[in-house]
Amino acid sequence: MEQRLLSGADIILECLLREGVDLVFGYPGGTILPTYDALSKYPQIHHVLVRHEQGACHMADGYARATGKVGVAFATSGPGATNLVTGIATAMMDSSPVVCITGQVPRGVIGSDAFQETDVTGITIPITKHNYLVTDITELAYTIKEAFYIARTGRPGPVLVDVPKDVQNQKMEFEYPEGDIVLPGYRVPSYAPDHAVESASELINRAQRPVILAGHGIMMSGAVNELRELSERAGIPVALTLLGKGVLPEGHALSLGMMGMHGTAAANNAIQQSDLLIALGMRFDDRVTGNLKTYAPNARKIHIDIDPSEINKNVKVDVGIAGDVRAVLTQMLPRVNATQHPAWLNTIRDWQEDSDERDIIKRDTGDLLLGAQVINDLWRCTGGDAVTVTDVGQHQMLEAQYYPHQRPATMITSGGLGTMGFGLPAAIGAKLGRPQEQVWAIVGDGGFQMTLCELATAVQENVAVKIAIINNGFLGMVRQWQELFHERRYNETVMFSPNFVKLAEAYGIPAARVTKRDEIQGAVEFANSIDGPVLIEFVVEKEEMVYPMVPAGADLHAMIRRPKANEEKVN
Amino acid sequence: MVYAQNPPDQQPQRKHILAALVDNKPGVLNRVASLFRRRNFNVDSLTVGRTHKPHISRMTITIDASKGDANKIKYNLIKLINVIDVADVSNEPHVSRDLALVKVRSDDADSRNELTELCERYPARIVDIGPKYAIVEITAQEDIVEAFIHGADAIGIVELVRTGVVAMGRGVRILDSDYEPAFPPVLNGNTLHIV
Repeated sequence: MEQRLLSGADIILECLLREGVDLVFGYPGGTILPTYDALSKYPQIHHVLVRHEQGACHMADGYARATGKVGVAFATSGPGATNLVTGIATAMMDSSPVVCITGQVPRGVIGSDAFQETDVTGITIPITKHNYLVTDITELAYTIKEAFYIARTGRPGPVLVDVPKDVQNQKMEFEYPEGDIVLPGYRVPSYAPDHAVESASELINRAQRPVILAGHGIMMSGAVNELRELSERAGIPVALTLLGKGVLPEGHALSLGMMGMHGTAAANNAIQQSDLLIALGMRFDDRVTGNLKTYAPNARKIHIDIDPSEINKNVKVDVGIAGDVRAVLTQMLPRVNATQHPAWLNTIRDWQEDSDERDIIKRDTGDLLLGAQVINDLWRCTGGDAVTVTDVGQHQMLEAQYYPHQRPATMITSGGLGTMGFGLPAAIGAKLGRPQEQVWAIVGDGGFQMTLCELATAVQENVAVKIAIINNGFLGMVRQWQELFHERRYNETVMFSPNFVKLAEAYGIPAARVTKRDEIQGAVEFANSIDGPVLIEFVVEKEEMVYPMVPAGADLHAMIRRPKANEEKVN
Repeated sequence: MVYAQNPPDQQPQRKHILAALVDNKPGVLNRVASLFRRRNFNVDSLTVGRTHKPHISRMTITIDASKGDANKIKYNLIKLINVIDVADVSNEPHVSRDLALVKVRSDDADSRNELTELCERYPARIVDIGPKYAIVEITAQEDIVEAFIHGADAIGIVELVRTGVVAMGRGVRILDSDYEPAFPPVLNGNTLHIV
């Protein structure tokens, strides 16, 4: 192959092209400037100018989750790099493949507290899957190739590459390193040892009250069909984690909906009373298990996850398999007997019927507009088929409860880190990744105000993302905890907000305000009629509660339930 | 319904010696130390040094932990990209050594006699002696070093430094890696030309 004299900046972009990158989110600055200068030579790569580097990382994350490809963010050194930190930690906790490329001060002044110098590789060691400081142009191409490889393989995660400005300006005869990545310390588990698969299958074949716990890993390993086959063949109901939403259609007869703190009573009760948990691509987060000492006490446990360090981390299991969920399920399926568990499913159905009687959505609430109703009507008006990207808080849990998803990768949310401010930028990234689909950012008034500067990005790029602000004038979830655990002392949770409709207009974004339930459909139609960003503010009941709720650290079966209609206290 | 209490983790704690092969690159020690801090693992000692292969270093980490916790630490170490392999050396027959330099009082005949006697009972030797203080070097298993230090304390220790434990499996138990590093990248045999 012919060799060309390229700068470090050129090599960065050349390597992005080789990785199939056509979209980058970022914000220029002094030490990344050579790379921005080189961008004009690479028109195949479109750069989205954000308004804050946190937004760049969330957009790359949202893009990655929507497309399954690696998202890329650029930032300069110092404050640019530190602004990425929340976004990187978010991607780390939710195993999202993101590569961040940051400028660094020239090598000669590293360590001298130079202007806009910060030790970003040091800062991000605990929140990246891996990171690099490139100290020589000869290592640059290989390092970027390795960074993408690490970000997307195994348990995906964010990788940061810090490139000093003088390395970007160095030049060399460039030849792309075509060979395989050599990383002896990096093993990606795939298939499982036969005896482990055999033990797991035996447990499944013997179980009377089995439950599958399906997580994000199902989606990332592409095991949706294998999950469905296992569930249907052995008649096993499926509880979903928050990030697992969509891996089994929520209308499916064997779907229990979400598990955990705000999960369905059926899912949580089934877990507690099961005799076998089959955990697939999930990690027993504390929001999912509640009190570990009383978690599924009579159940044998099978745990299949690609990350060996997750096995026996929180929950001690009988059969732990570090492997790719799809590969292991493919091994396991031929050994799983076809069977049904009618008595077990009947028990579960009773719980589901009891929940139906408590469901607020089936009640007439008069003039009150509830967040739950807004989300449920959004589901109806979007044909239940939108890609929803949520922020964090009550609206997020209401989305999980009242927007059933049919397809994988249609619900994007910050589950592990719980990052308020994630919603809008991640939705912009998701819409750019899947332009043909309707993408709704469902956000609260609190989280929206953390990153609302990205409205300008949506306008500048004409990203047709639809923004639904569920405005209750409170930091709703914190207020809910104050109501339940702090005797309604609403300290610092009452929140002033600007006039969101006028704010949108200031950005040139069409907007509407909805205060009544019968206005919702019209508002959604209005939003969908415009090819560009639209903002709809839903003014909802201030003190709505999200039920069921397992208090933090409580036993999973000790759910606080909404009273049935005929039991409701009048206050 | 009655929910049984799961039994608490009753595995006994004991000393584990983990040996880790790591890339000999800047920042690797930082990554390992950062891992122990953020996962709340308590480390007794950590030593690091180069091996006979210039691109590979070896760390020896001793921890007081249950078998389950030692496994957690092992899997978290392996998860680090720069950690090539990890073995719990203490699970199998092994040799372990700790080295200490102990500076003790030697300013009268009694102290010098006591010190000479003490050194005869341990694998220890006086490596420096002056009118006021002597330095004794002891290389032994950690508990023997502890016992020696206890004995020397009666004479009067004024300064002490230890290397921490290094260990190796006996016989055919070999922890090694034969990989060749990718850096500097070999680009089809062409010499890199840096401008």
